[in-house]
Amino acid sequence: MAEVRPGVFPSPIAQPYADDTTQPFWDAALEGRLLGSRCNHCGTILIPPTPRCFNCQHVSFDWVELPGTGTVYAFTVVRHALGGYLQPVVPYVSGVVELDGTQGAGARMVANIVDCDPDTIAVGTPVRVVFDRVSDTLAVPRFAPR
Amino acid sequence: MTLKDRTAVVGIGATPYYRRGASVPETEMSMMCTAILAALDDAGLAVTDLDGFAIYSSACDPALVGSVLGVPEIRFAAGLTSGGGGSAGQLGLAAAAIVSGQADVVVSLMSLQQARRRLGGTEVDGRLAYLMAAGGGPYGGGGVQPSAAFTASSGLIAPGHSFAVLTQRHMHLYGTTREHLAEVAISQRNNAIRRPTSIQRTPLTLDDYFNARMINDPFCLFDYTLETDGAVAVITTSAERARDLRQPPVYIMASAHGGMGRWGPAIFSYFQAPDEYFASSGHRPVAKRLFEMAGVTPDDVDVALLYDHFSAMVLMQLEDYGFCGIGESGPFVADGSIRWPSGRLPVNTHGGNLSEAYIIGMTHIREAVEQLRGTAVNQVPGARIALVTGGPAALPVSGTLLRSA
Repeated sequence: MAEVRPGVFPSPIAQPYADDTTQPFWDAALEGRLLGSRCNHCGTILIPPTPRCFNCQHVSFDWVELPGTGTVYAFTVVRHALGGYLQPVVPYVSGVVELDGTQGAGARMVANIVDCDPDTIAVGTPVRVVFDRVSDTLAVPRFAPR
Repeated sequence: MTLKDRTAVVGIGATPYYRRGASVPETEMSMMCTAILAALDDAGLAVTDLDGFAIYSSACDPALVGSVLGVPEIRFAAGLTSGGGGSAGQLGLAAAAIVSGQADVVVSLMSLQQARRRLGGTEVDGRLAYLMAAGGGPYGGGGVQPSAAFTASSGLIAPGHSFAVLTQRHMHLYGTTREHLAEVAISQRNNAIRRPTSIQRTPLTLDDYFNARMINDPFCLFDYTLETDGAVAVITTSAERARDLRQPPVYIMASAHGGMGRWGPAIFSYFQAPDEYFASSGHRPVAKRLFEMAGVTPDDVDVALLYDHFSAMVLMQLEDYGFCGIGESGPFVADGSIRWPSGRLPVNTHGGNLSEAYIIGMTHIREAVEQLRGTAVNQVPGARIALVTGGPAALPVSGTLLRSA
């Protein structure tokens, strides 16, 4: 596993457990690109992809590349380590990011927010995706202030 | 036809409440039996009268506990899906069973022992346990689901993390402050101090609150529920039969469960709710149906027992049940509105999960019944109507309105 770094929640997985509907997302992540699954019928973007579009119930999607920027929608600063393995990691910031190029709800990402002073993060802080390659098959998307 | 006033809670029973793990050598089964028998006895009924189980959060296996207790015949055994959100709603399930003629005397319950297992923690269950859960179907092949990889590395690994995220958004939108959260914690502690059943009976000051260690912003230690053991059971029967039993009936005016579909399974994985109800308790549509069924308004409620695993979720329920406007719960509590006995809406007069005990919402039902019988330790004078809620949690969340005879 990767080295333990303050503020960086260690990924508990080393592979994406992907199926055909999620593999393109992880392939792009390894190349440093952020994809969203777009409904062919109504254009709603879904992250993660689901079997049906929640907006129109259609079943057909394609992938679109997103700019990888967004803003912090909501967050928490975790200061108490839930387990000894997190002692060198706290405090860390985790939150919900609303992504540029999407409709917002339905395509938000839940992620660790890194490379920051936890006390400076606020709702609305502009962020950019950063991919942390933890294995040959998994690059974890995190976000950093931009 | 609705459930209104056609059934009543007629018995309540409980074990002592214990600090986490301290109920050993009791077991969840032994405590469950104690609570059920005490509730039947409270009602003036016996095991031979019991014929239904209406539960939530997989509280028990009716086949097993029915067998252990010697229940002659089980005629109804059903539970609300998901977790603690169904605590209040199980009374509606019991009422549905009785009104539809499927059962006569129905028990609802929870028994909890956290000696080997801590709810909401990931350390004891193993770091991957929470990833294995959300499969979308009971026989879906097991293992880690493809969707799990999208949340696994986020660092949001406990319910307190998830609800803090909603709370930060609430603070951002409405100016809610930690002083407002403190008012929930302190008012409930003041109530708990007077109750012999309470785990926390020492005073809590504003200084204590602000000097407490932060668990995860904006929650400090006192914004979190206690972790406790114990069992509580309640008995429901028809309004007609209730009038002949030992205790004054506490009628089920209305009960509802569910929630907005996109508020969804709040814990761990789901933060895709639309802007208008992201920073909410998820109870808004449940509250609407509840008051419609009962034919009363929030102004008619004398005491509210609101599920309080985290202080801030009391605030959001005050809004969603219409006791104040959306976003106005902070000023509402700052005015002393939820304090017993002086506030206009005493909330969690038993001390709640934050200061009395955490039996996944059952203590709130017990307190509502005691209030309406007029036997509560912190009695609201003349209380006629009580609101009890379950959740916010993964849907369904639920609410029940009870009234005195």
